[in-house]
Amino acid sequence: MATQQSRSAARMMLAPAVVLLLAWMLVPLIMTLWFSFRKFLPLRGGDLGFAGFDNYTRFISSSAFWPSVQTTLIIVGGVLLITIVLGVILALLLDQPMWGQGVVRILVIAPFFVMPTVSALVWKNMFMDPVNGLFAHLWKFFGAEPIQWLSQESLTSIVMIVSWQWLPFATLILLTAVQSLDSEQLEAAEMDGAPYLKRFWYIVLPHLSRAITIVLLIQTIFLLSIFAEIFVTTGGAFGTKTLTYLIFQRVLESQNVGLGSAGGVYAIILANIVAIFLMRIVGKNLDT
Amino acid sequence: MGRITLKQVTKSFGDVEVIPPLDLEINDGEFVVFVGPSGCGKSTLLRLIAGLEDTSGGTIEIDGKDATGLPPAKRSLAMVFQSYALYPHMTVRKNIAFPMRMAGVDKAEQKRRIENAASVLNLTDYLDRRPGQLSGGQRQRVAIGRAIVREPAAFLFDEPLSNLDAALRVGMRMEISELHTRLKTTMVYVTHDQVEAMTMADKIVVLRAGHIEQVGSPLDLYREPRNLFVAGFIGSPKMNLLQGSEAEKRGAVTMGIRPEHITVSATEAAWRGTVGVSEHLGSDTFFLVNLEGYPDPITVRADGEVSLHPGDTIHLIPDESRIHRFDAQGLRIP
Ligand SMILES: Nc1ncnc2c1ncn2[C@@H]1O[C@H](COP(=O)(O)OP(=O)(O)O)[C@@H](O)[C@H]1O
Ligand SMILES: [Mg+2]
Repeated sequence: MATQQSRSAARMMLAPAVVLLLAWMLVPLIMTLWFSFRKFLPLRGGDLGFAGFDNYTRFISSSAFWPSVQTTLIIVGGVLLITIVLGVILALLLDQPMWGQGVVRILVIAPFFVMPTVSALVWKNMFMDPVNGLFAHLWKFFGAEPIQWLSQESLTSIVMIVSWQWLPFATLILLTAVQSLDSEQLEAAEMDGAPYLKRFWYIVLPHLSRAITIVLLIQTIFLLSIFAEIFVTTGGAFGTKTLTYLIFQRVLESQNVGLGSAGGVYAIILANIVAIFLMRIVGKNLDT
Repeated sequence: MGRITLKQVTKSFGDVEVIPPLDLEINDGEFVVFVGPSGCGKSTLLRLIAGLEDTSGGTIEIDGKDATGLPPAKRSLAMVFQSYALYPHMTVRKNIAFPMRMAGVDKAEQKRRIENAASVLNLTDYLDRRPGQLSGGQRQRVAIGRAIVREPAAFLFDEPLSNLDAALRVGMRMEISELHTRLKTTMVYVTHDQVEAMTMADKIVVLRAGHIEQVGSPLDLYREPRNLFVAGFIGSPKMNLLQGSEAEKRGAVTMGIRPEHITVSATEAAWRGTVGVSEHLGSDTFFLVNLEGYPDPITVRADGEVSLHPGDTIHLIPDESRIHRFDAQGLRIP
């Protein structure tokens, strides 16, 4: 697109898409902002007028707010840690030549194709059920008292379920990165006297840093808004109420759209804080 | 010390035998070049010596000690790869320091050796750059620097100059030769380029399909190629190989004569032909000459400023004492 003419033509042709995208993004955002300043109770009188910052102060001063932020961060952090550590290990294992490589790779990727609701239900009923679940049988086999997963270890359970869903994504991205590592670099390091763990630490891990950054950022975006997994397992009980879930409860269970919208704005702020924080730690990996 | 002995070494990948049993002796301080066409197993042989591939049979000794089963790090050999294999996220300094860091060399000594290597290789100004910010020749030098700080028993080079442009290649060729003169460490150098082999080697090992065709000094190989393959491979431009009556007259199946051993004559002489394409290099001119009775043209070297035109008839005098004779198996007839 070198000439003036082709540039302006390009702009003309891009315009509809850009306008559509902007509308797509801006309309919900503006509506959220609008409702967050209204007292809007659909079943108790509808739109009852301007509310000022009332919704914002009420949302943040609710006793459920800070625990929900904490829960959100624990789930996001826990899942990120597990998926990245296991993802790196799995990627390195899958990169090894082995029998039935293609089938194994498809199996590893499979959980990603299972819908969140389905996988959460499968985990809830098949693995974590305190009476009939596989874990219960396993615990009993070793003579231990089965754990009431979703009530006693509720957060751990959710982190496990969500990690299981996202591990394939992390593995896939990291596997492509592992495969793009020049094998001569590893051989050079081997000749330079670096044993396997040092080769991993000094050569493989730095090579993966960019892919890890990408996994981190993409997963964070999606993990901040997980919902189905909580809805079908604990229903937000036992300390698993994330910010997203709290907003859902405010809007649909308490039928308070204004309060929920204010929560939505807080969620946007939280997402931005997390994003800036992540960019700070890992951002430097992206520009080299 | 860096004496490497290969005894009956073989290597197969699956069913394919890439290196049939092979014996080779590399003496301490020698500059040995493995040369051969692409795919003949040069890299494989070098990697066997390095320990990056396991042998399928035979033994490799380094300084008289069996090293066949030793991991690469324990062989005290340093390797320079064709792709340089620098660590992209480390600065030049860290790249060069890496092997010493792995060996636990103390900091002061590391610094001394890095500075020494950097000054030898003209890298002092680039120590804090990353490999991505260097030119091809500089990267090459970093790779060499990383090898020399280890003070290895021998250096292994796998086609180190093939990614450089022609001018740089000539320069680096000199630098590596100088390095060898200075360090007096054994060097094993792999290339497919016979010019590199001729200019750098103390000893050339000509390989074809994993077989050693001939081992000798560059001049040995030039003067007395043991067979047709070596005759055709060593020397630039290539040796002319003729069959038929001229060869039979001299009691051979194939006769070979290098372009530089044929003289252009003004008067009637042994051979007559017509001039085809010519290449003027200034110092020399190479003509393709179509000899009467031969389908393929031969190459003839003449003085740089000789003026001959395509289609001219010329007379040629082969230097009888420099004619190579080969039998039906392609072996040299003494
Ligand atoms: N890892 C491998 N697996 C199978 N075949 C290989 C492998 N490495 C090399 N070869 C084969 O061995 C032969 C020699 O290869 P190589 O040593 O790389 O040749 P070159 O002389 O060009 O360096 C080639 O035919 C190549 O296809
Ligand atoms: Mg090679």
